[in-house]
Amino acid sequence: MAALDKADMKNVKEGVDQETVEAVQSMAGKYKYGWDTEIEMDYAPMGLTEEIVRLISAKNDEPEWMTEWRLQAFRRWQQMEEPDWAMVDYPEIDFQAQYYYARPKSMAEKPKSLDEVDPKLLETYQKLGIPLKEQMILAGVEGAEAAPAEGRKVAVDAVFDSVSVGTTFQKELQAAGVIFCSISEAIRNHPDLVKKYLGSVVPQSDNFYATLNSAVFSDGSFVYVPPGVRCPMELSTYFRINAENTGQFERTLIIADKEAYVSYLEGCTAPQRDTAQLHAAVVEIVILDDAEVKYSTVQNWFPGDEDGKGGIYNFVTKRADCRGPRSKVMWTQVETGSAVTWKYPSCILRGDDSQGEFYSIAITNNWQQADTGTKMVHLGKNTRSRIVSKGISAGHAQNTYRGLVSMHPKAKNSRNYTQCDSLLIGDKCGAHTVPYIEVRNSSSRVEHEATTSKVDEDQLFYCRSRGMDEEEAVALVINGFCKDVLQALPMEFAMEAQQLVAISLEGSVG
Amino acid sequence: MGLPQAKLTATEARLASLAMPVQAGWTRPLREAALTRVQDLGLPGRRDEYWRFTRPDELISAAPVPAAVLPPAENATFEDIDRLRLVFVDGVFDPEASDDPALAGLEITRLAEAEAQDIPWAADLYGVLESRGQSPVPRPLAALNTAFATDGVLIRATGKVEKPVNLVYRHCDETSDAILHHLIRVEPGADLTVLETGPAAARFNKVMEVDVADGGAFHHVRSQGRDHDRRAATHIFARLGEESIFKSFTLTMNGAMTRNEVVIELTGDEGVAHVAGACMGDGSFHHDDTVFITHDAVNCESRQVFKKVLRKGATGVFQGKILVKEGAQKTDGYQISQSLLLDEEANFLAKPELEIYADDVACSHGSTSGAIDEDALFYLRSRGVPKAEAQDMMVLSFLAEAIEEIESQAVRDEVVASLAAWLERHRR
Repeated sequence: MAALDKADMKNVKEGVDQETVEAVQSMAGKYKYGWDTEIEMDYAPMGLTEEIVRLISAKNDEPEWMTEWRLQAFRRWQQMEEPDWAMVDYPEIDFQAQYYYARPKSMAEKPKSLDEVDPKLLETYQKLGIPLKEQMILAGVEGAEAAPAEGRKVAVDAVFDSVSVGTTFQKELQAAGVIFCSISEAIRNHPDLVKKYLGSVVPQSDNFYATLNSAVFSDGSFVYVPPGVRCPMELSTYFRINAENTGQFERTLIIADKEAYVSYLEGCTAPQRDTAQLHAAVVEIVILDDAEVKYSTVQNWFPGDEDGKGGIYNFVTKRADCRGPRSKVMWTQVETGSAVTWKYPSCILRGDDSQGEFYSIAITNNWQQADTGTKMVHLGKNTRSRIVSKGISAGHAQNTYRGLVSMHPKAKNSRNYTQCDSLLIGDKCGAHTVPYIEVRNSSSRVEHEATTSKVDEDQLFYCRSRGMDEEEAVALVINGFCKDVLQALPMEFAMEAQQLVAISLEGSVG
Repeated sequence: MGLPQAKLTATEARLASLAMPVQAGWTRPLREAALTRVQDLGLPGRRDEYWRFTRPDELISAAPVPAAVLPPAENATFEDIDRLRLVFVDGVFDPEASDDPALAGLEITRLAEAEAQDIPWAADLYGVLESRGQSPVPRPLAALNTAFATDGVLIRATGKVEKPVNLVYRHCDETSDAILHHLIRVEPGADLTVLETGPAAARFNKVMEVDVADGGAFHHVRSQGRDHDRRAATHIFARLGEESIFKSFTLTMNGAMTRNEVVIELTGDEGVAHVAGACMGDGSFHHDDTVFITHDAVNCESRQVFKKVLRKGATGVFQGKILVKEGAQKTDGYQISQSLLLDEEANFLAKPELEIYADDVACSHGSTSGAIDEDALFYLRSRGVPKAEAQDMMVLSFLAEAIEEIESQAVRDEVVASLAAWLERHRR
C-alpha cells in the first residue's frame, strides 16, 4: 500500500512539472492589459535637463516655489548614483532616452467636466475594468453619480501617462470635507497643505529614484482627510502607462488629520511593449493623532513577455509617517506585474502607541525579478508592527524579500512580528530573504520567522484524492498560502487580487 | 576602478606594518596571490555592507589596541579532558609547553617548518578555501592572514583520532598582534576533534582551513577566553565531501571585540554542517557571528544555532546566510539566532539571510530578541530560588539549545560549568 502511495505521489510531482513546462509556454501574450490606446500624444522632448523640469512645471501651471523645489531635486539627482544593492539585474537605464512627459492631446485644454474627456481615454478605463460603477462615471454616463451605488462606493482618480484625467465623486467627498484631487490641482488650489507636507516623509534627497521623481513627477493623487472625518468611501487611483518610451512618475500625498480614517486603493497597468519602460513613483502618507490609513495596491504593470523582453521597471518609494500617538497604517500589496520591482513600503512609527502593518504577496513568473519588502522603524514607545510577506516564484524568476525592523533605544515596550514565506515552483527560479533586525532596547520584543519550500506534495495529494484536478488543487494550495494577505485587502480588491494570483501563475502551476 | 581613497590609505597603512616570512618556501606564491587579493579588495571599512553592524577600525589599524594580561588560570578550560595540547604564546608555537604531537591516526606539523618540506595536501589547501570564500562576499582580513601568517599548524587525520587536539592560545604580551593560519585535512572516514582555548593575543587574526573528505568527521569546540580585553577576527573555511560531518561550537564570555566568520561549502551529497555559538556579553563588548553556508549538493543538512545574552551596553551581531545553489535539492537548512537582553543598554543586530535557487528544499530561519520572561522568573522566586540564581538558571536554559550542539558530554559539561562560574562572578 505504501509503495502504491509513493508511486502516486511521483506521478503528481511529474504531473506538476509537465504542466509547468506547458503552462510557461502558454503564457505567451497572456498579459490581459497588454493593448495600447491610439491617442494622439503630446510629448516633451526626450531626455532630462533643467529645461524639461521647467517645462513639466509650466505645463502643470505651477507656482514658482514648486518649480524651484523640482529644480533643487534635479540638481541633487545629477550628483547621485543609481543603487545596485538589490537582487535585481537589468541592462543599464539610459535616463536621457526617456520621455519625461506625455499627455493625450485632447487634454491640452483641461476638460471642464468628464463629459469632455476623450471617449478613447474612457474606453481605456473601461477595458481596464476599473471596479464597480466608476467606469460608468469615468465614461461620463449622464446621471451616473446620482444612480444608487451597488455595494460600497469607490472614488477614482485615473492617471494616464503623465496626467490625471478625472476624479469621480468629487461632490460627495467635498460634502464630507475630504479633498481628493490630482496633485497638480492640489498644488494650485491647496498650496499650504502641499507646502507643509510634500517631501516631509520622503525628502527630495531620499534615494536616487525618489529624487528623480521629485524633479519630474507630472501628476498623481492628493488626499486630505480633515480631523475626525471618516472618509465616506474608498478612494482609488488607477495608473496606466500608455505611450512608448515614457516613464511614469506619479506622486501621491495622503494626509490623515487627527482621528481621520481613509482607505486608499491603487491599481496599475501598462501596454505590452518590446522595450522596457520606467516607472518611479513616490507615495507619502502623513498620519496624525489617532488617525488611520489603509493603503492597498494591486500592481499589475506589464511584466515582460515569456522571454523576459520588455516590461516595466518599477522603482517605487512608499513611506508612511505615523506622526501622532495611536496612529495606524496598513500597507497591503499584491505585486504580480513589472519586469523589475524595487519597492519597500515603509512605516515610521514616531507617535507613541502607533501601529504599522505590512501585508504582501509578490508573485514572479517567467523572467520577472522582484526585490520588495518593508521597513518598520520604531521610534515611539509601545509601538507595534506586523509583517506578513508571501513570495511565490516560478519560471526563471527571482523573488527577494528585503526588510528592516529597527527598535530605537527610546521605543520601549515595542513589538514586532515578522513572517516571510516563500514558495518555489520549478527548479529554475529563486527565492531569497534578506531581513535586517536592529534592536537597541531590551523591553521590546522582535520575532522573525521565514520559511522556503515548494508546494506541499501531501496537500496536493490530499486535494487530488478528493477529486480535484491538478489546476484546482494547486490554486487552492496557493490561495491558502496567500490567505493571510488576501484577507487584509478591502473587499473589492480581494476578489480581483484572488483572480490575479490565479492568472499570474496560470500554467506555471498546472 | 580602484579603491576609495580612505580604504586605500587604511589598507596601505596596515600592509606597511607587516612583512612576509623570509623562508616562506612553497607558500610564497600562495601568500603573494593572497596579498594581491588584499590589495584588490582593500581592508574592511565602516561603509562596507558586510561590516554594517561591526566597526572594523580596531581590527585593521596598523598597531593593535593593548590588552592587559590576565593570570593564566582565568582562561583555563577543558582541564579535565584528556587531550593533546599544542600551545601558542602570543601567536608563536611553544614546543616546550606543548605535548608530544605523536598520536595514532594523526600527523602534526608546524606551519613554519612545513614550508620547507614537500607536503602536497597542504599545498593544495593553503589559501585555497580562503580564496574560494572571497566570493560572493569579500573577506579581506582572511586574505591578509594567508599572506602574512607567522605560525600555525598543519593537522592531518588519517583515522579515528583517540583524543582531541587542543590548540591553547596564551597571552603574555600586552601589545601582541598574532596572525595564525591552520590547515586541517580529515581523510576519508577519519574522525578528529579540535578544541581551541584562550585569548591568544591583544589582537588575534586567525584562519582555519578545514577540508573534510568523504565520510570524514570534524568536531570543533572553542572557548575564546574569559573577560579578556582582546580583539579578534577569526575565519573558518570548510569544504565538506560526501556524507561528511562538520560541527563547530564557540563559547564567548566577554572580550572587547570579536568577529567570528564561518564559511562552509557542502560539495558532496548528504553532508552535515552544524555551527553553533553561545555568548555572554557584559559591558563594552561587541560580538559578531557571521556565517555563510553554501549548499552545492543534494540531500545536505545545515544548522546554525546562535544564542547571545547581553547587558550593560553589550552588542551582539548575527549575520547568517544559507545559499542553496541550483540543483542542491532536498536541502534541509535551519537557522536560529536569539538574544536575551538583560537591561536597556543592550543591542542586538541581525541579518539572517536565505538565498535559494532550488525548489525541493525546506529552509527556515528564526530570530528573536527580548527581555527575560518575568513570569518564569517570578515562578522560580516563588519556589524559593533567590533572584540572581533564578536569573542565571534562565540564562543557562536559554543558551542550552546552542550548547546541546556539542556532541561530547564531557566537553559539554565543561562548557556549562565554565558558563555557570562566569555568571556567578558577574552577578550584580
